[in-house]
Amino acid sequence: MYLIRRFEETLLDMFSAGLLVGTTHTCIGQEANAVGVIAHLDPQRDVVVSNHRCHGHYIAFTDDAPGLLAEVMGRETGTCGGRGGSQHLCRGNFYTNGVQGSILPLAVGIALAERERGEGAVTAVFLGDGTLGQGTVYECLNMASLWSLPLLFVVENNRYAQSTPAELAVSGSIAARARAFGIEAAELDSADVLDVSELAGQAVERVRARGAPSFLVLHTHRFSPHSKGDDTRDPAEIERLRVHDPITIAGGRLDHGVRQGIEAECERQLQAAREAGEAAPAAGAVAVQ
Amino acid sequence: MRERRCVEALNGALHELFERRSDVYLIGEDLLDPYGGAFKVGKGLSSRWPERVITTPISEASLFGVAAGMALRGYRPVLEIMFGDFLALGFDQVVNGISKYREMYNEQVSVPLVVRTPMGGRRGYGPTHSQSLEKFLMGVPNVTMVAASELHDLHGLMVDAVEDDEPVFFIENKVMYGRPNRRPDGGYLDGMRCVEGPGPYPSLTFSGNDFEESAATIVAYGGMVPHALEAAVELIVQQEIFCEVVALSRLLPLDLDPVLESVARSGSLVTAEEGSLTAGVGAEVVARVNELAWDDLRAPARRVAARDGIIPAAPGLEAQTLPGTAEVIEAVLARQAART
Repeated sequence: MYLIRRFEETLLDMFSAGLLVGTTHTCIGQEANAVGVIAHLDPQRDVVVSNHRCHGHYIAFTDDAPGLLAEVMGRETGTCGGRGGSQHLCRGNFYTNGVQGSILPLAVGIALAERERGEGAVTAVFLGDGTLGQGTVYECLNMASLWSLPLLFVVENNRYAQSTPAELAVSGSIAARARAFGIEAAELDSADVLDVSELAGQAVERVRARGAPSFLVLHTHRFSPHSKGDDTRDPAEIERLRVHDPITIAGGRLDHGVRQGIEAECERQLQAAREAGEAAPAAGAVAVQ
Repeated sequence: MRERRCVEALNGALHELFERRSDVYLIGEDLLDPYGGAFKVGKGLSSRWPERVITTPISEASLFGVAAGMALRGYRPVLEIMFGDFLALGFDQVVNGISKYREMYNEQVSVPLVVRTPMGGRRGYGPTHSQSLEKFLMGVPNVTMVAASELHDLHGLMVDAVEDDEPVFFIENKVMYGRPNRRPDGGYLDGMRCVEGPGPYPSLTFSGNDFEESAATIVAYGGMVPHALEAAVELIVQQEIFCEVVALSRLLPLDLDPVLESVARSGSLVTAEEGSLTAGVGAEVVARVNELAWDDLRAPARRVAARDGIIPAAPGLEAQTLPGTAEVIEAVLARQAART
């Protein structure tokens, strides 16, 4: 979690310093979801499909912060050679796309393929509360239920779709939407990675054992802007959210020395990743004869 | 031997592919026997391979992505979209997914899916079930678009499509299904010499005078192919004007070679399509020919297409909207008049 946090803070710093172009969507404050769910997935067998806010999922699943940093830096050594940027990533069994609602159908197709292959793979698809406005979500809940797909839907409800609060975009109950399709659904309002992990572990196990979809609603808090520098929320409100900081909660349980050691190791990895990225050739640079 | 109807040729190809490859699936609406799909192209498949024919809810916006997900994970799904008009529902998946994954993910993946869908009018189905929307796919990079006609080797085209590693949009034609899949016999069809292009998705080039001098090259695909051929025969019989007809089967990447070869002989280009005129397939053909073969042209090109408007349901109104043999003849004669 700390690596993800510092990775994204580094990205925002680099954007502010004019060292990066393009866009990014950070999950600062939401890290426990990525780590708590993906801890139960096997990167060799299982599949993760993610969205524009994908860095946490990517790092938790692939442990490839250097590849992602190089990708956002537009380097040849990036995850997709600089073609995808922050929100279009593919590595091994990890896929993201940047269009809300586009990824659900892809996840259904992947889960269908894995069901047919019969090797017990679970596909997890991450979506946000904003994506619940897309019609494809409900087409996909329907198909996942009808076809008994080994698919875990994870809704990270950070209560904002870009700048629009959920009260203006999401009616009724999120979990009940899944239950209406005959899909079991569970909700959690906690930033503690151990709570997320416990719930997600049970869900993943059931999806794998029963070959049927499951639906998690993780109520969460985004401390950072939707993208970068576009936060119109009251700073005092964001400050109040910080009691839900997963790093503080998990870090508080650690022995001081252990925590310092983890943080130092993450800083070292990030520094190495940044240096490697800076040394790598820029994608699209014309080769000198 | 009775010629197979087009629907039988396509159906036979799918049966052969299902028999030969366990990675081929058919996905779409109303596919199960005894119904076997709205136009019966998938008939019999669900009886023989119930586990590989997946009948779906009415969810086109998602189905394209479902097929893409399967293709990313090593399967070869064939997605049946009941009417070509419904491509519009799935266009996000087409533009922001299917056409992007291979290149966007830096060549780490391929998306070997086939979207089969019928286009075309002349059945009285009205404005939302009669269109020819190929023009919208023409602007999508990194996909293959194949337009089947009743004169092409439909069995071969379908096998090529399913075995293609790129995403393939396989455009069928509603009028074609019930007609015989006529093939050249000894290199001739309807008295016209016919030469097949090389490679997968071969074009057919027809000539009434063994590729001697011709008055125009008529480029057509899909449902306009029989009209173009009929126009060429009528021009010979009634006016002794000899045209070549290039019947394309691969629209993307645009199969330009047979067009350029024919234009080099004729010096004149007429395109014929059932879709509406503006920004159509013909516009792209004309632009390419102008760029690459301007010196061969002795007259401005002319496009035959549907009126820019809806395709009405009533047969008389529909006929006023869609181009046919008469419009192709008229365009060739107009070229004759303009020829320098």
